[in-house]
Formats: sequence, C-alpha cells, structure tokens
Amino acid sequence: MSEVQGVLQKIENDPSVQAAVLISGKPGCFIAGADIKMLEKCKTVEEATTISKNGQRILAQVENSKKPVVAAIMGSCLGGGLEVALACHYRIAVKDKKTALAVPEVMLGLLPGGGGTQRLPNLISLPKAMDMALTGRNIRADAAKKLGLVDRTIEPLGVGIKDGNERTMEYLEEVAVNAARQLATGELKINREKGLVDKVLKFALNYEFVRNQIFGKAKQAIMKQTGGLYPAPLKILECIRTGVEKGPVAGYDAESRGFGELAVTPECKGLISLFYGQTECKKNRFGAHQHPIKTVAVLGAGLMGAGIAHVSVDKGYHVILKDTSQAGLGRGQSQIQSGFDRMVKRRRISAFDRDVILNNLEPTLSYDGLRKADIVIEAVFEDINLKHKVIKEVEQYIPEHCIFASNTSALPITDIAKASKRPEKVIGMHYFSPVDKMQLLEIITTDKTSKDTTAAAVACGLKQGKVVITVKDGPGFYTTRILAAMLAEAIRLLQEGVDPKTLDTLTKKYGFPVGGATLSDEVGLDVAAHIADYLGKTFGERFGGGDPNMLKDMVSNGFLGRKSGKGCFIYEKNSKSREINTDAVAIMQKYKQEPRGSTAPEDQQLRMVSRFVNEAVMCLQEGILASPLEGDIGAVFGLGFPPFTGGPFRFVDRFGADKLVAKMEEYKQHYGVAFDACQLLKDHAKDSSKKFYK
Amino acid sequence: MASFAARGFLKVPAGIKLPLSNHGARCIATTAPQLAQTKKTVQDKTGKNVVLVDAVRTPFLLSGTSYSKLMPHDLARASLLGLLRKTGIPKEEIDYVIYGTVIQEVKTSNIAREACLSAGFSDKTPAHTVTMACISSNQAITTGIGMIAAGAYDVIVAGGVEFMSDVPIRHSRKMRSLLLRASKAKTMGQRLSLLSTIRPDFFAPELPAVAEFSTNETMGHSADRLAAAFKVSRQEQDDYAMRSHQLAHRAQENGHLTDIVPFQVPGVAETVTKDNGIRISTPQQMAKLKPAFVKPHGTITAANASFLTDGASACLLMTEAKAKALGLKPKAYLRDFVYVSQDPKDQLLLGPTYATPKVLEKAGLTVKDIDVWEVHEAFAGQICANLKAMDSDWFATTQMGRKEKVGLPDINKWNLWGGSLSIGHPFAATGVRLAIHTAHRLIKEDGQFGLVTACAAGGQGVGMIIERYPGATV
Repeated sequence: MSEVQGVLQKIENDPSVQAAVLISGKPGCFIAGADIKMLEKCKTVEEATTISKNGQRILAQVENSKKPVVAAIMGSCLGGGLEVALACHYRIAVKDKKTALAVPEVMLGLLPGGGGTQRLPNLISLPKAMDMALTGRNIRADAAKKLGLVDRTIEPLGVGIKDGNERTMEYLEEVAVNAARQLATGELKINREKGLVDKVLKFALNYEFVRNQIFGKAKQAIMKQTGGLYPAPLKILECIRTGVEKGPVAGYDAESRGFGELAVTPECKGLISLFYGQTECKKNRFGAHQHPIKTVAVLGAGLMGAGIAHVSVDKGYHVILKDTSQAGLGRGQSQIQSGFDRMVKRRRISAFDRDVILNNLEPTLSYDGLRKADIVIEAVFEDINLKHKVIKEVEQYIPEHCIFASNTSALPITDIAKASKRPEKVIGMHYFSPVDKMQLLEIITTDKTSKDTTAAAVACGLKQGKVVITVKDGPGFYTTRILAAMLAEAIRLLQEGVDPKTLDTLTKKYGFPVGGATLSDEVGLDVAAHIADYLGKTFGERFGGGDPNMLKDMVSNGFLGRKSGKGCFIYEKNSKSREINTDAVAIMQKYKQEPRGSTAPEDQQLRMVSRFVNEAVMCLQEGILASPLEGDIGAVFGLGFPPFTGGPFRFVDRFGADKLVAKMEEYKQHYGVAFDACQLLKDHAKDSSKKFYK
Repeated sequence: MASFAARGFLKVPAGIKLPLSNHGARCIATTAPQLAQTKKTVQDKTGKNVVLVDAVRTPFLLSGTSYSKLMPHDLARASLLGLLRKTGIPKEEIDYVIYGTVIQEVKTSNIAREACLSAGFSDKTPAHTVTMACISSNQAITTGIGMIAAGAYDVIVAGGVEFMSDVPIRHSRKMRSLLLRASKAKTMGQRLSLLSTIRPDFFAPELPAVAEFSTNETMGHSADRLAAAFKVSRQEQDDYAMRSHQLAHRAQENGHLTDIVPFQVPGVAETVTKDNGIRISTPQQMAKLKPAFVKPHGTITAANASFLTDGASACLLMTEAKAKALGLKPKAYLRDFVYVSQDPKDQLLLGPTYATPKVLEKAGLTVKDIDVWEVHEAFAGQICANLKAMDSDWFATTQMGRKEKVGLPDINKWNLWGGSLSIGHPFAATGVRLAIHTAHRLIKEDGQFGLVTACAAGGQGVGMIIERYPGATV
C-alpha cells in the first residue's frame, strides 16, 4: 500500500507526467481483490474499520488526482480490484472470457469496503449497483460497457507478431496510454450520458417516498432470500442508502464502519472458511495419475447419466453416452441439448460453440465404443444386481487402464466392486442432481481402490468443474448418511403433526436453502424409503426416528415426490404454487406420534440439525472423512447445510460442543439412542480447547 | 536501378514505405537479365496444358451508382457476351460454364445458367454456380481446370458476378413461418386466426451481413483486430491504400485496364467505360476519417478498406491443343493452384500467407521467381498484416509449422495496377480480374511467372501460379 502511495505522489509531483495508466503485469488478472488473510487477523471492529478507511483514503487520492488515471483491465477485476478501477477516471476492459468485473464481498459476508458502495451507485444506475453489490455476480466486459461500468472495451487479439494474449495486453496498454494522453490534452471528453430511464430515476431519487420504495423492495427481496440470516446484504443496502441520502462523507463513513462490523461476525468467518475450503477442494490432493483421461463413457442416459455427460462434454472430453433403449438415449440427448441451448440463449456461448461442443457427444446403444474409454461412469438404476451385470459386461470391452466408476448414492462401492476382475480400478463417483447445477462431487474409495485410480477420478471431477471431496466407502458414504439421519428426524416431526409447509419453514428459517419436506420430494420418497430401510438395517436403532412404514405407505400410494407429481406436496405442470398433499397428510396422521419434550421451533430445528452434525462428526471419527474441511464442503455444497455456519464442523466449534451434547442428552431422554452423541463430539464437549479448526 | 529496388525491398518490414516511381518500364530493366540466367519451367500436371485465352469484365462500380437498377444476371450477361465478342469463339464451341456468386439473388439461384441463356449462349451448354466468398471466381476457374484435366470437357467459360446494389433482405423468421402457414390455410377462419398472431416484431427485416456465421464477427472488425495483432499502424494502412489508388489511377490513365468491356445501362445514353471507385485523396483527408468498425481506437476506415462493388467478369479456358485448333492466341498457362483454410476468428484474412508458400512449393518455385504478384486487397491493414506474417520467422514456425519465414515478396512487383482497394471488389468477380491482370502484366512487364493469391470469408484462401504464354500479346 505504501508503494502505491509512493507512485501516486510521484504522479502528482512530477511535472513531466501528464496522465497515468493502471495496468496489471499479468494478462489473466487485473486485481483479484484484497488479501483475505489480512482481514482474518482482525480481532476487533476497529481494526477492520481501519483497513477499510486506509483503502478509502488511498483511492480518494487516485480519484482526486488532477492528472487523469486510466484503468486498463484484462482478467479478473474483483472486489478491491474493481474498487481501484472505480476510483480511476476512465476504464478500459478487454472483451475476453477471463475478464470479469464484480464486487463479490457479499459472498464472504462482507461489503465492498474500498468505496464500492459509494462509487458504484454514482457511476451506474442505482438498481444495477444494488444488484452488483448484493449478488456479487460477475459482469463481463461487454455487459459492463452497457451498464456504464467501463468506458470502453477492446476485442482480444489473435496471434500476430507474438502470442495473442501477450499482444492483447500490449494493445490494451497502447490504447489506454493513448486514451490517457487524450484525456490530459482534452482531446477525449468523458461522456457518460445516461439513458432517459436512468435520468428519470435519478431525478425521482430526490423524493423520499421513491427511495423508500426502492430500498424497501430491495430489503424485502433480501429478507425473502436470506431469511435475515445474513447481515452483509442488509448492511450493504444501508451503506448505499446513506451515501445516496446523506452524501459521500457520511456514506464512506458508514461503509468503513459497516465493513469493520461485518468482518468480525461469525457469518463472515464461516463464509470465508467455506471459500478456503472450496479452493482446497478444487485441488487434487492425490497428485498426478498415469493415463490421461480423454474419453469418458457414461452408462445410462437418465437424469444423472445425461447430467454427467453434460458437464463432461464441454470440458474437452470425448463423451460416449450409452443406454439400452433408443427412447432413453433420445431423452438424455435432448436433456443435454436443451442445457446448452439455454447457455446460448443467455449468451454464455454461441450457437456455433454449442454445435462444436455437441460434436464430442457420441450417443450409442452398443458397448463397442467402450473399447476406447479411459473412464466409465455408470449411472444405471440403483440395484446391486444390475450394477453387477453392468460391470461384468463392461469389463469385456474396456481397455486395461480404464477406470470403472459407479454413480450411486448409497450402494457400497465395496459390494459393487465384488463383481469386478480388477477392483483396484473401481471407485464411486456420487454426483448430485441436477448435475450441471450442483457443485459437489463425492468420490468414494474402497480399501482396494488404487491411489492412481483415485487421482484420475478426482482429476476428472475437477475438470468437470466440480468441488470434490474424497471419502472412504461405508454405508451411505458421507453425504447420504448424514442427510438420512436428518431426514429420519424430519419424518418423525411429520408424524408428530408438523405439516409439510411448517417443516419447510423450520428448515429454511434455519438457513437450509431447500425445506425438509420439499427436499424429500426432490430426492424421491421411494429413494428416501430405500435408503432409510437400508441404513436402518445397517446402523440399527440409531437411525430410527420416523417410522419407515410411513414412507413405504406413501410410496405404495404413488406419492414418490416431484417425479410422480405427488409427494408431501402436489406438483402441477406450469404452476409454481404447491399445495400440501392432503392424502399424504392423512397417511402421516395414521402414524401419528405424540411429541415428547419441547415443541419450540428452536428445538425442533436442533433435533434435525444435531443428528445431522453428530453423524458428520462420527464420519470423521470413523475415518470416512479425511478432514473436517471436506466434511464442511460436502455438507454445504451437496446438502445445503446453512452456508453462513461454514459447515457442520465450523458449526460445532461456534455453537460449542458442550452445549450441543447437553442438548442431545435432553433429546435422548425423550427419543433414545438416535441422539447419542458420538465419542469425538463428547471429547470436544469435555475439553473446550478441542476445536475442529484451530 | 537494381540498387533502388533493393532498397525499397529492405524498407518494407519497417513500415511499408512503398515506392511509386517504380513501375513497368523499370521492371523490364531489372528483371530481364535475371530471366535469362534462371529460366525455370513449371511442369504441367494435367497433361492438357490448360491455357487462359482471355478474360473480360464490366467496369467495377461502387454499389448504388449507375448499375443500381439492374439485376445481377444483367452484369453477368454483359461479361459473358463481352467474352464471346472479344475472343470471337463460336458459342457452340463452349462446353460448359461455371460462374461464381456470393450474395445470391434468389430468383436466379443458378445464375450461371440464367446468365448464359440471356447472353445467347447455346441452350445446349450446361452451367453451374459456385460460391466460396471472395474467391468464388477462382473456384470457378479451378473447377474448370479440374473438368479439363479429367477429360470431361475442352472449353470452359468461368467467371463471377456480385451485385451489392440490391441484396435479398428477408422477412423475419416469424413472418416467414406465418406466410408459409397462411398459404396452407383453407378457410377464412384459419386465415383470420393466423392474422391475429402477427406482432410488431414480425415486421423487423433480416439483413445479410458481411459477418462470419461461425463467429458472428463482421469482416471489418476481424481485419481491425488482425491489423492490431500485427501492430500495423493507421499510417501504414493509409499509405498502402493511397498507393493502391495511385497505381490504379496510373494504370487507368496509361490504358492498361483493357480487360474492361463498356456497359450500356438500359435507358441511359452515357456508356459506363471505367471503374468509378479509384480516387486520389490527400493524406490529410485520409487521416481525418473516423474508424469504421472498432470505435474509437480502431485503424480501419472507409478509405483503407475495399468498398461494396457491383461488377462481373468472365474468362475463357481450354486445352492448349484446342486453342491451337481454333486458332486462338492464349495469354497464359494456368500452372498450379492450392486452397488453404485456417481459423476463421483470428486468422480470417491470412489466406495469402498460408497459400503462397504452398503453391510455390507445389510448383517448385520460390518467392524470388515471381515476377508479378496480384493479391486481393480486402483491407490495407490485412495486406500489411499478411506482409508482416510472411516476413516473420516466429509466425512461420509457431503457426504454420515451417522451418523459416515465407519471405517477403518484392513490393515493386506487387499489385502495380492497383487492387481491390481502388479498382473495387465485386466479391465473386475479383478472381478473374486478378488472373487477367497477372497475364497482362506478365506481358507488359516482361515476366514469366505470376502469383495470384486472395483471402476469403470463412478463413479460406487461394494461391494460383500463372505463366506467360510464349509470344502472348495484350
């Protein structure tokens, strides 16, 4: 920072300098934001406030410089990076795929503390500024030009006298230097003429009732989306409003104070921890593997199979999609096609790109193509006999080095591998539905899976764009197991007379993005019943709770969840409103139990959450999980455990293992062993110095 | 004199300074002694010694000027008729006609046939239309060579036409779909219900764009990026464009453009006798223009880019034996050709760089053996970029898989009668003009080998080797 100040001084004081251009030395990145580590060290509100104030002061110097400063942006321009660019007098950005402008602080539970909440609404229209600051979403250069966020864009250059990227960077500099010179001489006048709508809006903002409307609406939307569980968006809104209403001095002051306050919140710490975890799970901890994967074969073109093919086909893999019937294959192909059509519609790719991508998809009904496969991922129906049949058939065709991966949510990989001639090549790859949207991939290794196989499968998952956790084989692996524990409790709540809508509200209010009843419908009640049955048999009474017969009754009545149109709710096509399925409620009534102990919503929530968390800790204790970090990532990215907590392990650290165990003891008195805390959790409860994260 | 040429040669890589004073007369003096020393021959690959007997073209006019009320086949007809009259070949002798066009007039989708019929060619002469963007008439010529080589025919007419004064502007897809359904509607009720589905956006028309289908980028935009990628300055481009106009103007004044056949526009007394896009402006005028595609920092302007042009051309090809039998005096041998294609995004207009070494190697020649270069000028920046690419070892090794650079052509032998920037560029008619200008210049400048090369939309290109026919006259 002192270095920046030095340069600024020099620009100001050296009479031979007429103007300045701010440009990065690396083509892929302008400035990717401030150093989070620095922020983590902050213990108090004051410390963090000072960081913000210092940043604001330096950027004010840039803004107030009498000599024009041009920001030349190529690559990521995020957070503090964009705030630096905003302080400059003119912005030029390269229209390539890597260049993105954003203020993603909100995703870390923070606010843009370098003047972002003040300069953004001044530069672009207020609603757009709020959108950027509240969602943190990436803005591409051409969209940024339309918004008025940048003043000029340049097209990336191809190869010429040198490499395209290098030359583009050089060209950007040439254009920026020329613009700076023209700004200094007055040849180039900055014209940020706004459209009529923006002008009217700006005028209307002079009236308090208009402001109340706009900010009120925004606040409503935030509350609806976050349930008020995240302090950052509200604080951002407050800072923007202060700036708009009371002017820059009060605005900047509110911003730095808000930044300081947010930086020490547990939500911020949780989200930052998640960010680190995500970065960590984007790396392959198993190192390099022998055979490069070029051809991915997917067996079964159902929802999952087609989804897996979808996320592979645009990553440079040749993808073979195999099914047993033309009808099934056609359905899968059309799922993939419409996925890319949507991307074309949103201008993420061109129609031409889509065509070229889809050339890599080879749909087939025969096993012959598998001769060139480097990895086979099967996504056939969840039936051990079928999986055995498939593995035996496939092994007649695939080459020696080819990996066999099973996409299953509960069947033990060790059992599946029993049918294989080469169990060291067998691995589990548990994708989440819908595959193209859910970030998590849970990879499951057996005792016999070789390290090379694991490394290759992880590499494949990472290339598919997934956040990858690698766990040991066991009933329900990690994610299915902890979810099943929670759902068992949710079903018990239904039996206790909590209706599906209330159950949804309970879980959503706690911070889960999807309500418990809706989640059951999405997963499929037949699947839930199957898993509950299987895990109940394996783990015994501990996995009890809801009566498994109630689920079976629902299934036999055809209430399978969303896929059959009826589950806890009734799903109608082209209708967003969902009514409670009264017939299902009648079944719940049939299995009615009287609630025992407290029926306060907090306790009902904690009954579900404590079982979820306890099971997660037990997975660590049993060595299913390699680290709390992977446990947190799996729970948040795969199951939607409230992100602001940072995951179940962070949650325990913050909530207090002792408090949690005490609560579980209380529930245990009413409900029995289901609430038996595992040894590791008890150890943490006994010794408060024991934490999952240091 | 030789030293002057050498100096001009050396200057080029630094900033394309183009000596204008060095024209025909000088070239004779410099190249004649060399010819005597290194007389090369190119082997005939067809066994037929395909010759270019002659070629003609209508004057090339800026679109929207005197031709604006015509239809494309009117221009094509004029060139075909002009060829018949100029060569005096009996129309029955013509075995087949191949004609190029880029922007199709839907009424005359096989314009080759329509133009032949209206030009009074024998209705027993088959004809087909080819398209390959700016190298469509090159494609017409080489398709003809292929037919002769295959022994299918002996006498071929090849050419091309482009008419940008009127282009097919379509109804929107929604409207088209509605109209198609309306034609099937049987009852008044059905028609009315269709009518009720019309929305304002149905009326938005679809214009044809000179844009790549695959990348959606207009050619001017791509050319501007190409110029920037090769660090071609605005000044270099304006200088090159100025040279093109000055040389074309001089060729016009000196009466070199004898390939033109005058055109009589129906209902207009004044005959169109010359190209109307050649204009000599001052450097100041050129420098004043704003960029046309990349704004505000681009370098391509209206003055250093080729303009939309109307025009048609036609040429007569046959076996040498047939020419002798008919008593015709050919102008050149069509010795060899090659097509290339590359990345349509970043190397859209680098066809000449890729085609030149390939066709030279095929023919067993080197850059130094070429006495006449006729290169399609899409944009001044594109020409400068190609020259820099040919002169770059880095580009040759990393992009073309060559051991060394292509080598810089002698700029004193390059487009000495102007080019597409000044003469104009009716897309599908240019190839024939390049071929006949090469043949004529070989005669006037006393050279042996000429090289035609051009870039085309889609990231394609062509290279052709043309050899002067012994004893040929213009």
